[in-house]
Amino acid sequence: MMNAIEKQWTRVCAVDDIAPDTGVCALYHGEQVALFRLSGQNDVFAISNHDPFGNANVLSRGIVGSRGDRLFVASPLYKQHFDLLTGECFEDPLVRLKTWSVRVEEGQVLLA
Amino acid sequence: MSKKRIVVVGNGMVGHNFINTLVTSDHASEFEILTFSEEPRLAYDRVQLSKYFSGYSAADLALVTESEYQSQGIVYTLNDKVVAIDSHAKIITTASGRKEGYDKLVLATGSFPFVPPIPGKDQDHCLVYRTIDDLEAISASAEVSKTGVVVGGGLLGLEAANALKQAGLETHVVEFAPRLMAVQLDEGGGKLLRRKIEELGVQVHTEKNTKEIVAGEECRYRMNFADGSFLETDMILFSAGIRPQDELARQFGLDIGERGGIVVNDYCQTSNDDIYAIGECALWDNKIYGLVAPGYQMAKVAFNHIVSNLLTHEESAVSFQGADMSTKLKLLGVDVASIGDAHGLTAGAQSYVFNDDIAEVYKRLIVSADGKKLLGAVLVGDVEAYGTLLQLKLNDMDIPGNPAALILPATDGAEPVGLGVSALPETAQICSCFDVSKGDIQKAVQGGCCSMPDLKAATKASSGCGGCAALVKQVMDAEMASLGMEVNTDLCEHFAHTRRELADIIRVKGYTRFEQVLEGHGHGHGCEICKPTIGSILASFHNEYVLKDEHIGLQDTNDIFLGNMQKDGTYSIVPRIAGGEITPDKLIVLGEIARDYDLYTKITGGQRIDLFGAQLHQLPEIWQKLVAAGFETGHAYGKSVRTVKSCVGSTWCRYGVLDSVSMAIAIEDRYKGLRAPHKIKFAVSGCTRECAEAQSKDIGVIATETGWNLYVCGNGGMRPRHADLFATDLDDETLIKYIDRVLMFYVRTGDRLQRTSVWMENMEGGLDYLKQVVINDSLGICTELEDNMTRIVGSYQCEWKTTLENPDKLKRFQHFINADEADSNLYYVRERGQRRPATEAERIELVELPPADKQALAGK
Repeated sequence: MMNAIEKQWTRVCAVDDIAPDTGVCALYHGEQVALFRLSGQNDVFAISNHDPFGNANVLSRGIVGSRGDRLFVASPLYKQHFDLLTGECFEDPLVRLKTWSVRVEEGQVLLA
Repeated sequence: MSKKRIVVVGNGMVGHNFINTLVTSDHASEFEILTFSEEPRLAYDRVQLSKYFSGYSAADLALVTESEYQSQGIVYTLNDKVVAIDSHAKIITTASGRKEGYDKLVLATGSFPFVPPIPGKDQDHCLVYRTIDDLEAISASAEVSKTGVVVGGGLLGLEAANALKQAGLETHVVEFAPRLMAVQLDEGGGKLLRRKIEELGVQVHTEKNTKEIVAGEECRYRMNFADGSFLETDMILFSAGIRPQDELARQFGLDIGERGGIVVNDYCQTSNDDIYAIGECALWDNKIYGLVAPGYQMAKVAFNHIVSNLLTHEESAVSFQGADMSTKLKLLGVDVASIGDAHGLTAGAQSYVFNDDIAEVYKRLIVSADGKKLLGAVLVGDVEAYGTLLQLKLNDMDIPGNPAALILPATDGAEPVGLGVSALPETAQICSCFDVSKGDIQKAVQGGCCSMPDLKAATKASSGCGGCAALVKQVMDAEMASLGMEVNTDLCEHFAHTRRELADIIRVKGYTRFEQVLEGHGHGHGCEICKPTIGSILASFHNEYVLKDEHIGLQDTNDIFLGNMQKDGTYSIVPRIAGGEITPDKLIVLGEIARDYDLYTKITGGQRIDLFGAQLHQLPEIWQKLVAAGFETGHAYGKSVRTVKSCVGSTWCRYGVLDSVSMAIAIEDRYKGLRAPHKIKFAVSGCTRECAEAQSKDIGVIATETGWNLYVCGNGGMRPRHADLFATDLDDETLIKYIDRVLMFYVRTGDRLQRTSVWMENMEGGLDYLKQVVINDSLGICTELEDNMTRIVGSYQCEWKTTLENPDKLKRFQHFINADEADSNLYYVRERGQRRPATEAERIELVELPPADKQALAGK
């Protein structure tokens, strides 16, 4: 719980702003964050919106899904898969996207 | 080392095959090739000649183009015949006086049609059937004729009869012998073939010896027969056999057979060691081989011998040892096959006969005296067993079990007796056109070919006459099984089904949502493969708004924002311009929008206008203006119906025969929005000049004087394929009906991302099967297919119009959910007066510039 006090949580949008099984992009301290929500789950995932392969800010517009136990978003440009929890690229584990801590409180999505 | 010079006289199928063998070999760079043809065009497919009358053009029949020869460095001369050979100086001379030296000369002069010496045979409408020029003459004559007679009831004669029938003539076949195809068929087979052909409206007259051709009373000519009877006709086509074209060889001292033909040895060398003869002009062991497969074998043999003689100086590994003349073909739509000793002439031969007058099937097996070996067979009406029987014969295998079982129909669900492909030796020739053995196919599979298209590309097997396709597939499947390769057709890890199976499941169960399909038939969360696939199937059957909450997560990159994402994450916009017809006012609206938003503007291949560089938040604004001006979404973003290209047609064009633009617009309006396994493109041409290039589309429509001709399953792109002629002379209503059925059948049974071309190529039975389903309703589903299409047509909506009416949906069309700013990562430069994304290098410069300069550079 100490962390929660130290971390500065900022509201970025309402959960309902994200249609189930899609993503949106939020501006957070000057950075582009892709937020995803899976149907039937209340969790929201936050990774960088920047696709390092296509060099474009588009990941929030990709399709989410699963491979085995891992959840991913597939880049809308060239379909590389990025782990929603760790930001790791399935095709090239050396590529790892920045991730953020997310909390959903009273229907609001908070980032830290 | 200087290049060796090969001169090939004649550019028919065999001459071309020889050249092709040479230029695709490892030795290609060591040869210089010259070829001469007396015809005005390079090699074409004579086997398929009669297709000329079902809409094939000379270009469709071509085996090679001039530019291909040019790029391969082959020196070719058309319309110039070689008329002299100086075998001492090794120089040939052509009719135009050209002289060329050679190291090796290859005669591939082919044959000419034999015209019996009948008085009156040289009149205007007495023709032969051999070249495209002949076909053009037949075509011209058919225009002014009502009745046509083919003299000759052999294989070629019946092909020619097919051509006359397709040209719309009342067709007769006159044969000297007591039955049709006397060489290949026995009496029973000939009798059934005759019955079937007569049912198709071709009249057959056997045992007729034409005495003279005189002026007719009802028709142009009258043929008087030796038995006193006569037949009146407007045109006569001689197809009474072929004679080897050996004139050149004869004049310049090469050995000629008693009844014609250039004598060759086992290496296809003539009596002069540096001169070879291959194909129908060559006489080997006193035999002329009038089929294309032996000709190709000779080409291979001659090539190998030339290489060993000029280059490697090793003994040539292959020699010509005669060829099997077994044949399987469709004559006037009747399946006919003949294998080996079809007449049972071998001493002690015995036979088994199966005759079914009801189903019109005749089969006869000729077996050795001890009943163990197959010597020959005749099949009419059902040629299923051909592959098995041919292999038994060619490989001299023992007949498994009771020979009768090989021709008896399977009863009560019993498996038909076949020959497991595993029983075949590795050397068994599977494809005779390209001499591909079982071992070759196995090797290709071991090398990674796991599909028929791959295998065809790698080995050419079954890409000739196609008669061996079923057997090739069996060998492939067996080899894959023996390698322990599983043919995994699962869509992805979430569904152990193909797209086709999923489409059936969704249709039968009436599912309307992805969750239902996943719960009932899959697991996990889905992925970028199965979600769009199932989203597309749901859209195909129910046509709901694709951005509905339950569907939105299924939509792929482009569909989800109803635009085409470009490399920098911006979108291009393509409004529908049905049939490519647009008013000046609408064109001005597009121009104004493009100017105001600084959109890069380009005309598409489908006669539309593509506007590039719109950011997410601009899409609704732009579409608001477009919809207000009367535009609809163009679905350029979907795996769906795209465009119907058209030429201007009969309303303006001097040559147009039907109103192609109106038809194109009607078709586009009908099918717009239909989602499918892949994109679907159409075109409508107003006459056979085909300016709309309809034969390169999934659905192509071409106007003729007598109605619409429908072509299906073509495409451009990576692997272009000409569409196949599907039906002719259709009225508007039938045309639409057929298109409804073809499209809906494709939607139901196509595989994921499978264009119609591959769909049909992979369909068992191919084009004929598709015709059966769509024209003859062989599956009894046509009403259902049409109803399904009617529902889709009735539930069409412009997705952009719906989106603009839904404020909820519009919220997603902004770059940030929590800020009004735009994406800061977009950089452009100007080129030829328009904007384009900056390259990586240009970006770096732009980023480092102060903002004022940046704007100046961007030209704003």
